[in-house]
Amino acid sequence: MAKDEYREFRLVGTRPDRPDGLDKVTGRARYGADMTAPGMLWGAVVRSPHAHARIVKIDATKALALDGVKSVVTRADFPEGLTGEDWNLQENTIAGEKALYDGHAVAAVAATTRFLAEEAARLIEVEYEVLPHVIDVDEAMKPDAPVIRHGVSDTTVPEGMSPNIVRKIEFGNGDLGAAFAAADLVMEKSFKTEATHQGYIEPHACLGQMGSDGKGEMWVCTQGQWYIRKMCSAVLGTEASQLRVTPSEIGGGFGGKTTIFMEPLSLALSRKAGGKPVKIVMSRSEVLRATGPTASASMDVKLGMKKDGTLSGIQVEFRMQGGAFPGAPTEFALYCGLAPYKFGAVEAVGYDVIANRPRCAAYRAPGAPMGSFAIESLLDEMCLKLGLDALDVRFKNAVVAGDRAAYGPKFGSIGFVETLEATKNHPNLLAELGPNQGRGIAAGYWFNHNGETSVSMAISEDGTAQVSVGTPDIGGSRASIALMVAETLGIAYEDVRVNVAETGSLGVNEPTHGSRATFASGKAAVLATEAAIKEMCKRAANEWGIEPDAVEWADGAARPAGPNAGQFPPMTIKEIAGAMGSTGGPISGHHESLPDGVGASFGCHVVDVEVDPETGRTEILRYLVVQDAGRAIHPSYVEGQYQGGAAQGIGWALNEEYVYDDKGRLQNSVFLDYRVPLASDLPKIDTVIVEVPNPGHPYGVRGVGETGITPPLPALANAVRAATGVRMTHLPMSPSKVLAALKGR
Amino acid sequence: MAKLEVHLWSGLRRFVDGADKVEVEASTIGTMLDGLKETYPGLAPIIDAGVSVAIDDEIVNGSRHRQLSSEQEIFILQKIKGG
Repeated sequence: MAKDEYREFRLVGTRPDRPDGLDKVTGRARYGADMTAPGMLWGAVVRSPHAHARIVKIDATKALALDGVKSVVTRADFPEGLTGEDWNLQENTIAGEKALYDGHAVAAVAATTRFLAEEAARLIEVEYEVLPHVIDVDEAMKPDAPVIRHGVSDTTVPEGMSPNIVRKIEFGNGDLGAAFAAADLVMEKSFKTEATHQGYIEPHACLGQMGSDGKGEMWVCTQGQWYIRKMCSAVLGTEASQLRVTPSEIGGGFGGKTTIFMEPLSLALSRKAGGKPVKIVMSRSEVLRATGPTASASMDVKLGMKKDGTLSGIQVEFRMQGGAFPGAPTEFALYCGLAPYKFGAVEAVGYDVIANRPRCAAYRAPGAPMGSFAIESLLDEMCLKLGLDALDVRFKNAVVAGDRAAYGPKFGSIGFVETLEATKNHPNLLAELGPNQGRGIAAGYWFNHNGETSVSMAISEDGTAQVSVGTPDIGGSRASIALMVAETLGIAYEDVRVNVAETGSLGVNEPTHGSRATFASGKAAVLATEAAIKEMCKRAANEWGIEPDAVEWADGAARPAGPNAGQFPPMTIKEIAGAMGSTGGPISGHHESLPDGVGASFGCHVVDVEVDPETGRTEILRYLVVQDAGRAIHPSYVEGQYQGGAAQGIGWALNEEYVYDDKGRLQNSVFLDYRVPLASDLPKIDTVIVEVPNPGHPYGVRGVGETGITPPLPALANAVRAATGVRMTHLPMSPSKVLAALKGR
Repeated sequence: MAKLEVHLWSGLRRFVDGADKVEVEASTIGTMLDGLKETYPGLAPIIDAGVSVAIDDEIVNGSRHRQLSSEQEIFILQKIKGG
């Protein structure tokens, strides 16, 4: 279905101004906290100071006695009887019998000012019975570990294991014993990664209103307004169609804004306060304590390699905790970590484990960075042991179209080898390295996703076009979709406006997640546009008195398809649109589907570092991202995604981690202590866009948002190894850890 | 209806007497999943919780009505989404 690979495009692949640029540089763009409403109240949330505690009593008498306090909600204000994921969402929104982690919401209050709401929250008295807690994944799996909750495990978990193990994943193929016997070198190592937060700049914020009739409105910073609608309705026991959710501009999400946190509290407080709108804006501390980080991981890898670099077999066991609820992305860590190579025999086991930490949310290629860290690190170590070039070994074992992934199915059209070739040809690999400097290479993979998609477009009376999509614009989807629609229509990019629609104006859309917005909403927008073009050809045919099939569309105009169709001058989109009121009415197109044809994306990163032997600090000298985009619709945004993924991965590798005290309380809940990389920490991140068009998309698009965070963890570990001779197996590689490792050489 | 060969991840094999693939009569993804649940009730809670289906080289989410044929290679995978 992809357009001809060698076709010249008029707009696709160009770099026009971003449609939201002026709003964002002038401060006009409205984010989650920017909305106000007449009679608005402010909400504040009471959070557990304990990692694990039974809630004995909640007394809001003093808070309610304050003048200006309008409502207080606890779990008693929410419906009972929910099951499965709906129960998980409700329990995470507001604790029931137990607080399951430090920061777990236990009550909420609405008052006339923010300060009054916060004061009232402090006056709500909660009596706790503190329980033993566990936060480490390996500790949580032990038979004597404190049990977070009984009855959570699904049927994949064998009897006799800890109740904190809630899911077991297994897959494999081949004869592993024979594979290891055939290898010239077999090595095994264990690795750990710590939980990290998505670190979006904009904290969660919403303004919710709900009356006693269950009808409501919400303005919210989210990646998915329909998910907000569905999840809030489930938690509150209301009808989804009665809640209209409008997404704000979004200051970053990276997966963390694909679910609910305090949004149902806003609606519940509003409902109890006579329908007055209630605004809740999280502090950074609340974001870090109570919203979704990624999982932490503990991983064992055993790998067999022949002298020539051929991989013969791999055995992996990954254990991941995703907070107090099921959902650690263990299977994706296994799938993606194993995806790039033909390993021969494979035996993969994974465990999803619960612990007394905030519920993990999706974070950019969930699980994939951890899996890649473990596997690519050991692969690198074995290359060193056998004196092999790390890039050559990756070439030798790289998967191509038709190869079977370790997790079962075959790969379709992919561009991994092309990505490695582009890496090998990049001048960064020729840069000389000095003392204490080293170069690391690693590859990564993400599946990409389709998801429920609904798009509507309409031709305006002046021949311009408007497009309504349901996927919030996080990384440039409005620009990319405008480019594709303008390309298809044959009009100027500036003549297309793409709007992110609220839930009342389109069919259901999944969030902007899984690197799907430019692929799925883009594909749906092109198909919707083609429907409008068909109608415009019909209008021209009616005017000319010929059959619609005898009309074709090119360069923004309807034209007779050939000499036999008749001699008529082209009828432009402006002419057709200007007359549409008298030729049959509005012209529009829409498309709803689960778009097929998702194309996966591989990447390869190369990083040069210098490690200070006196402080253990790692400085990044140069960084290269090479990744297959299928086709870059707006290359600047693609490069931005590559650089953003690398920057987040660098933070994960070098600095970021959740630090808990011995009571399970988070100790670094502000950005001064939870250290994301700053611009001053990073060099310019070089990018190469590889384009192996995805045949499943009209313009060849593959999702590009997630793959880029997968290779940085192992690439940096491999670079530190090259610079110091020390293999770091526990992230982050903070200066103190590196220094300790250097002293232990 | 076609006789389909469905590959399972190994964690599911204990619900199907240890087999790594099973046969089911079905014409669509939906009837294939329903057939698996009916024949192997142990799979029902896992399928109901959500799975992805790989058809040849494409991972498909949803699409219960998508037609299947016996020539296609079919895998059941853990549900795939993303961030």
